[in-house]
Amino acid sequence: MVSLLLLVLVAVAAVLGPYLLPATDANVSQASFLPPSQVHPFGTDLNGRDLLYRVLLGAQISLLVGIAGAAVSFAIGTTYGMVAGYLGGSVDSIMMRLVDILYAIPRLIFLLILISAVDPILRANMIAHGFQSLVGYSKIFLLVACLGFTEWLTMARIIRGQVLSLKSQEFVMAARSVGQSHWNIIWQHLLPNLVGVAIVYLTLTVPSVILDESFLSFLGVGIQAPLASWGLLLSDAAQVINPIKGYWWLLVFPAVAMGSTLLALNFLGDGLRDAFDPRQRK
Amino acid sequence: MIRFIAKRMLGLMAILFCVVSITFFLIRLMPGGPFDRERKLPEHIEKALLARYKLDGPILNQYFGYLGDLLHGDLRLSTKYRDRSVNEILADALPVSATLGGIAFVLATAGGVLVGSLAAAYQHSWIDRSAMLAALFAISLPSFVIGPLLILIFAIYSQLLPVGGWGTIKSLILPSITLAAPYAAYIARLTRASMLEALTQDFVRTARAKGLPESQVIYKHALKVAILPVVSFLGPLAANLLTGSIVVENIFSIPGAGGFFVNSVLNRDGFLLGGIVIVYCVLLVVFNLVVDILYGWLDRRIVLYG
Repeated sequence: MVSLLLLVLVAVAAVLGPYLLPATDANVSQASFLPPSQVHPFGTDLNGRDLLYRVLLGAQISLLVGIAGAAVSFAIGTTYGMVAGYLGGSVDSIMMRLVDILYAIPRLIFLLILISAVDPILRANMIAHGFQSLVGYSKIFLLVACLGFTEWLTMARIIRGQVLSLKSQEFVMAARSVGQSHWNIIWQHLLPNLVGVAIVYLTLTVPSVILDESFLSFLGVGIQAPLASWGLLLSDAAQVINPIKGYWWLLVFPAVAMGSTLLALNFLGDGLRDAFDPRQRK
Repeated sequence: MIRFIAKRMLGLMAILFCVVSITFFLIRLMPGGPFDRERKLPEHIEKALLARYKLDGPILNQYFGYLGDLLHGDLRLSTKYRDRSVNEILADALPVSATLGGIAFVLATAGGVLVGSLAAAYQHSWIDRSAMLAALFAISLPSFVIGPLLILIFAIYSQLLPVGGWGTIKSLILPSITLAAPYAAYIARLTRASMLEALTQDFVRTARAKGLPESQVIYKHALKVAILPVVSFLGPLAANLLTGSIVVENIFSIPGAGGFFVNSVLNRDGFLLGGIVIVYCVLLVVFNLVVDILYGWLDRRIVLYG
């Protein structure tokens, strides 16, 4: 419950926050590395931007990428898992072998290469086709797509397992015997039974997509300034921290924001999983 | 058994082939060549450079030439670190990464199993609760939060340990803790769950009924069964430590393979990137194989086939 409240709070702050702050906070100014004060509650960064504004902007983008990426992976994973489980037999084993192979590949390492290869091409295409205004956001689209396309493996496995066990139950057999189409059986009978499990793993996918996004941003291939994400802010902080100048606020505030959000999401996911899993009930 | 290993080795060759091909073509897909700088090079110099690094001619010829060189164990020259071969760079960097990864591996497994079985032995006590809370924190916080925070506390404010670097034992402490923490936490959770299950089984009751001390029941009898899920996690663990070490090496400025990996992507240094990716994949597959064999040896009920 506390974690749900915290999540709502972070989301509201992320959406509304940047509009409530003075507009000058977004700009580069002379006031670099100011410690937290009344004017700048979180201090300022290397380029004199207000850190509170940056953290909120980062929250916006990190949450957006996390939720959109998880949604993409959710769509792919459920469809893939349902098809594999429902068709069964050799189709199933081929589809699942493919999942096994994809599991064996170091995902993030390939994402790193893929994103840095595709991004310039995507930008060039956007400019060529008259989407100039969107060029700054090309990384976001790319991150959502790439992370969504790589995070669905676990979801597909779980859904497939569920479908396999549901498929053999009487209500499915009854539906089949009255002559309902495969589409109807999947859509009306199987899907409602899968929603619970799928939502649990959706909540657990969001934090892992956020983590992956920040991993990529930290290494310099994800979100780039003037946009912000928590990973990027932490990376900036890690670069200027040294024993002589303790700019602690650059590190602590993004870390707290990111840590508490991830914790809350994980708490929520664990709680939901336990609630849906009858084995865990005491 | 030998057939099993041989089959897995064949699989490894297939994976390596795919990985090398994907990397080769992806790097070529990137706009801009490895020799592009602020100023354009004179044409004849660029030509000579491309020829020297075997980057001239039709792309398919280059590709097959590269595969041929790889089969001879030649990873070619790095296009960024001129005149150093990828083999040399890796020979310098890999031992560093391996040391860090090895220490983190031991820390994560030993620490995780110890904490997890303690938590299970004292279920619902404050030990259990605080251990599991700490584990949730360690799992939720990425290493680039834990690392800099540890630096802030132990290196900047209390000045007990160095901020980064490589060479002294002291400089190993923070990076290996940072790298190991999330996985130690995950293993602790795994161990706790499977230990709780093991403790309800009949053989544990028998052991208790024989009058064995509780510590022996837990650490000798129950742990043997409870450790199995942990063993199967060791393969993914190795993979995660590999990826994780990229970030940790970056934070603590450690001259390992991770830094070269990131730079090779940014510099379009295709051959260096290819070399590192090959090493990573080999390590991963071999590790999974070792884990599978170990698993069969620990639990005789499992029969390896495939």
